[in-house]
Amino acid sequence: MGEGDVTEGGVAEGAKGLDVTLRQEAPIPLNAHIECPPGEVLALVGPSGGGKSTILRAIAGLTGITHGHISCNGSIWYDTQKRIDVATRHRRVGFVFQSYALFPHLSALDNVIEALGARPAGARKSRALELLGLVRLSGLEERRPFELSGGQQQRVAVARALARDPEVLLLDEPFSAVDRATRQRLHRELSQLRSQLRMPVVLVTHDLEEAVQLSDRMSILHHGQTLQDGPPFQVLNHPANRQVARLIDLKNIFQARVAGHGAGGEFTRLEWGGNKLEARYRSDFAAGDLVDWVIPSGSVILHRRRGPSRGVRENPVHGVIESMVRLGETVSVSILLDDHDTHPLFMSISVHAAARNAIAPGERIGVSLRADDIHIMPRLPAFHDDDL
Amino acid sequence: MDWMAFLVSVKLAVWTLAILLPLGIIAARHLAWRRYTGKPFVEAALALPLVLPPTVLGYYLLVGLGSASPIGQLYKGLFGSPLVFTFEGLLVASVIFNLPFAVQPMQRAFEGISNEVRDAAACCGMAPWRIFWRIELPLAWPGIMTAFVLVFAHTIGEFGVVLMVGGSIPGETRTAAIAIYDRVQAFDNAAAGAMSALLLVISLIAIGIANLATSKSRGRHG
Repeated sequence: MGEGDVTEGGVAEGAKGLDVTLRQEAPIPLNAHIECPPGEVLALVGPSGGGKSTILRAIAGLTGITHGHISCNGSIWYDTQKRIDVATRHRRVGFVFQSYALFPHLSALDNVIEALGARPAGARKSRALELLGLVRLSGLEERRPFELSGGQQQRVAVARALARDPEVLLLDEPFSAVDRATRQRLHRELSQLRSQLRMPVVLVTHDLEEAVQLSDRMSILHHGQTLQDGPPFQVLNHPANRQVARLIDLKNIFQARVAGHGAGGEFTRLEWGGNKLEARYRSDFAAGDLVDWVIPSGSVILHRRRGPSRGVRENPVHGVIESMVRLGETVSVSILLDDHDTHPLFMSISVHAAARNAIAPGERIGVSLRADDIHIMPRLPAFHDDDL
Repeated sequence: MDWMAFLVSVKLAVWTLAILLPLGIIAARHLAWRRYTGKPFVEAALALPLVLPPTVLGYYLLVGLGSASPIGQLYKGLFGSPLVFTFEGLLVASVIFNLPFAVQPMQRAFEGISNEVRDAAACCGMAPWRIFWRIELPLAWPGIMTAFVLVFAHTIGEFGVVLMVGGSIPGETRTAAIAIYDRVQAFDNAAAGAMSALLLVISLIAIGIANLATSKSRGRHG
């Protein structure tokens, strides 16, 4: 299992930031642990209905959990053993809802002012104007939500969430209700805003790209369970197991047997069907182990078809092109390999490379699998792909 | 023209509204946001005055509030007078037969406020009373105004229940609607016509004002 989800005995080191442990069977099964230090963005990623939003709502105190502990900056907000459940309004959280949940009868300015609490009226107004300026809404303060575009409403929601000087900022799929162009602009703005945020930020999303772009750490959740967490590229390149690999949309997942290790530990040798593969060295697997392995489709390298070079000896395999799908500037090519009746190998290459090499369905091609990009994972017991 | 009867009608409408609007808001919020097994039957009981003939409702109220009933006896013990055939008895009956007209539109209005908006208010650090005044009440306002109009119009116009529970005591329980019936029985068509016209104008103005308030608040919400 993933090493990332094990904690150091539950000692709240320095007691800074957010620390959440939640366990329950029903109504939504949860078995999650998340930590987020101040100034860091943690992305909770996983399929819909995986309990991501429930975790955010629990942090905000909007829903109770059977067994749980939530603390922020050293103060306990929720603890089922100690029977502590601080009311939502006494937890300083900023929450940006998926639907934004703006107060429809109040102007943008008043929406923010409502969250400014007990300050004197004048101070509240000037702070609200400042916050709306921060999210680039100056000039639109008097508009009511229905007079604002989706992207503008989202910014009001962000300004309102920041108004309380929250100890934690919670973002529940905040970019899902706007069009693609607006989403990309909001992503850029949030990245810029981040440098000014000193609190932990928890972002719920089912969009992997969004998580990679915006977060410092990523936590993969499935059926309410933390499967793996770590820096985005570490999770993407080193999924803990087949289940995580599927969730992060890796297509090339295969089974193999460890055949041994190269002399001096430069690689690990795999027996894969009729092929022998060299993979990145992993001392934690021994010869004879049944394993899963993955390779990103971008690390499958096409052999030149006209005037083949002799240099492509790295894990060469051959097969017939089954289908091709163009995705923007790249083409996803699926290859039915010789001696493999398992699912096809996927390769992604640029459109011009596909054209230059006259790639077409039905053609025979040879490809190389970059050994350094072959990641070996332990085989999960009795795991079915249908579960995903 | 029986001005005394008009006064009784208006007084009854004002008192009914004064009691029923706060009571209705509490009941409406409860029914809008709570989930429990017996709820359909609570809602059915509240809707009964809509479907029962006024005489049936009047009969049960007469029996239920009469001097022989526990409520009637309790009231007599406390205040020394019977409840039926008094203004107070009429007011109790009026509150009961107006319940669905107050609760149903307000319940729909509170149901229309999304959970996320109320959650967002709590996340903004707003206290429950502040959420009520600043968020819930303005958003439910059109429903509350609809309830106001329905209760007012229904109280002014109710005949059967009023006659059963209150009789026709001048200055006490004789409302304008009863007075009009009285005048027709006495072949005083001129007085009946004048009172009917006045009742019509009052109702029209009341509903007009309420509609105006509703449309203005709609304009504010978009």
